[in-house]
Amino acid sequence: MGQIKLNQVTKSFGDVNVIPPLDLTIEDGEFTVFVGPSGCGKSTLLRLIAGLEDISSGQIQIDGQDATNVPPAKRGLAMVFQSYALYPHMSVRKNIAFPMKMAGIDEAEQNRRIESAAKALNLTDYLDRRPGQLSGGQRQRVAIGRAIVREPAAFLFDEPLSNLDAALRVGMRLEISELHKRLKTTMIYVTHDQVEAMTMADKIVVLRAGNIEQVGSPLDLYHNPRNEFVAGFIGSPKMNLVTGAEAQKHGATTVGIRPEHIDVSTTEGTWKGRVGVAEHLGSDTFLHIHDTGLADLVTVRINGDIQVSHGDDIYLTPQLDKLHKFGADGLRIN
Amino acid sequence: MATQHSRSAARLMMAPAVILLLGWMLVPLIMTLTFSFKKYLPLRGGDLGWVGFENYTRFVTSSAFWPSVVATLAIVGGVLVITIGFGILLAILLNQPMWGQGIVRILVIAPFFVMPTVSALVWKNMFMDPTNGLLSHLWRFFGAEPVSWLSEASMTSIVMIVSWQWLPFATLILLTAIQSLDSEQLEAAEMDGAPTFKRFLYITLPHLSRAITIVLLIQTIFLLAIFAEIFVTTGGAFGTRTLTYLIFQRVLEAQNVGLGSAGGVYAIILANIVAIFLMRIVGKNLDA
Repeated sequence: MGQIKLNQVTKSFGDVNVIPPLDLTIEDGEFTVFVGPSGCGKSTLLRLIAGLEDISSGQIQIDGQDATNVPPAKRGLAMVFQSYALYPHMSVRKNIAFPMKMAGIDEAEQNRRIESAAKALNLTDYLDRRPGQLSGGQRQRVAIGRAIVREPAAFLFDEPLSNLDAALRVGMRLEISELHKRLKTTMIYVTHDQVEAMTMADKIVVLRAGNIEQVGSPLDLYHNPRNEFVAGFIGSPKMNLVTGAEAQKHGATTVGIRPEHIDVSTTEGTWKGRVGVAEHLGSDTFLHIHDTGLADLVTVRINGDIQVSHGDDIYLTPQLDKLHKFGADGLRIN
Repeated sequence: MATQHSRSAARLMMAPAVILLLGWMLVPLIMTLTFSFKKYLPLRGGDLGWVGFENYTRFVTSSAFWPSVVATLAIVGGVLVITIGFGILLAILLNQPMWGQGIVRILVIAPFFVMPTVSALVWKNMFMDPTNGLLSHLWRFFGAEPVSWLSEASMTSIVMIVSWQWLPFATLILLTAIQSLDSEQLEAAEMDGAPTFKRFLYITLPHLSRAITIVLLIQTIFLLAIFAEIFVTTGGAFGTRTLTYLIFQRVLEAQNVGLGSAGGVYAIILANIVAIFLMRIVGKNLDA
């Protein structure tokens, strides 16, 4: 069981109000991702849930019980830190055993849980090594192992993949998702990388300056962003946001069109521009178009390849049914 | 690129420093060794010729020898325990955010700036004096009989004075070590259910082990040679005669350079034994 409910939670450091009153419910078994730009308060929010920071006002409920003033150890949550926070002087086995030793679990049970966690995380061969002798990905797995053996109500991940290289990150992303499917435990995952959020989450919480901008499933956020910020933040490459006369034509202050929803032609189309850099990824090509008179740069995503070179004229046609319209207040117009 | 030419030029330029350092070390060492095999009484006939190992046997068979070794080790051990124990406590305290932190840190470091002779005299005359010392006033305030520290509790007094002097050093090194502890490790331990004391025991203390080793080694080297504190307080009386002090007495008070030199050689051997033991016991901490 691991339902977590935040009720009018606020946090301020001195005079600085980091989290304005905030309500959020995370259902049992859900994989929730907090995503937002640096300094948006997502890590602070996670630390409030963990109990490492005290909330300034409001209430935190875990499984319906008031946990506002419960110390971190008693909340039944396990946390994986960005720096892994392994204990460098202990072997992998002792690192994983540490929370159980503190909880006074008997030795046989400890060993059973260590063995099963090590097997699940491919750590069996490394149990007697020190963290300093492991690679980044292995350290990450030890940190996860240390969290698993506590059999917590919920896992908290604080940007756990940001110290890994790109290839390893993709692998660990899959492993964590796989782990969630297997354990079916509530997980809260903090990241600034919207790709991680999109690929892993059941529910994404987009944060900006401590405010929740939108809560929803990944595809919900992608198809129906509630405002300009979410529209620009979710999706890669970013949505093209156009203001001015072109937006007025559609009855909005700003219109957004995703790079994959623009058709390209060398002969005719709605907007004319000049080809800039083309990024060839093999399966896709990202074209950066200049001088359209709409925005500084319009990005277009093309399936496969297109025969254009730098400086060529090009015509763009947006798919009108995929257009996102936003009013003067930044909110979506339907 | 180090060519043959530049290498020999480098050797040439380093030569003066190397020769100076070698001479600085070797000349006194060789002189000590030479005198230790001679009967040399400056005020009673001067150099009276070679005597073989007589000085060495006389020095160890003297009734003052073993007590002085014990006194030396007791002072070194006592000061190490006190400075490291209180050093850890003070370092943890100073690491907490508090009002006036800068000033408090300077105050804590201050005793290290006071010369050994001066600090020993201050302790002797202002704190430990049986009639006018602060401690005797304190004792009388509570209705107790003042202790004449330097004669009744001479060893304790010397250990106190030397500990006071070396506490800042230990605190300083341990404080910098504590500051380098990753706060996420402590938070992880907190999440893992370790209360404050267990966090200290399982996380902070192992993290400090290397710094403690360094304090142990450096302090031992200096504490084996303490002299001024004893000279200005007890003058070696009341069981506070260390090996260093015994050598001083043999050479300068008894004017027997040969005997003192033999003692000096023993002191070198003792220091090396202690150093080797320490390296063995704690040296493995420095590898990791």
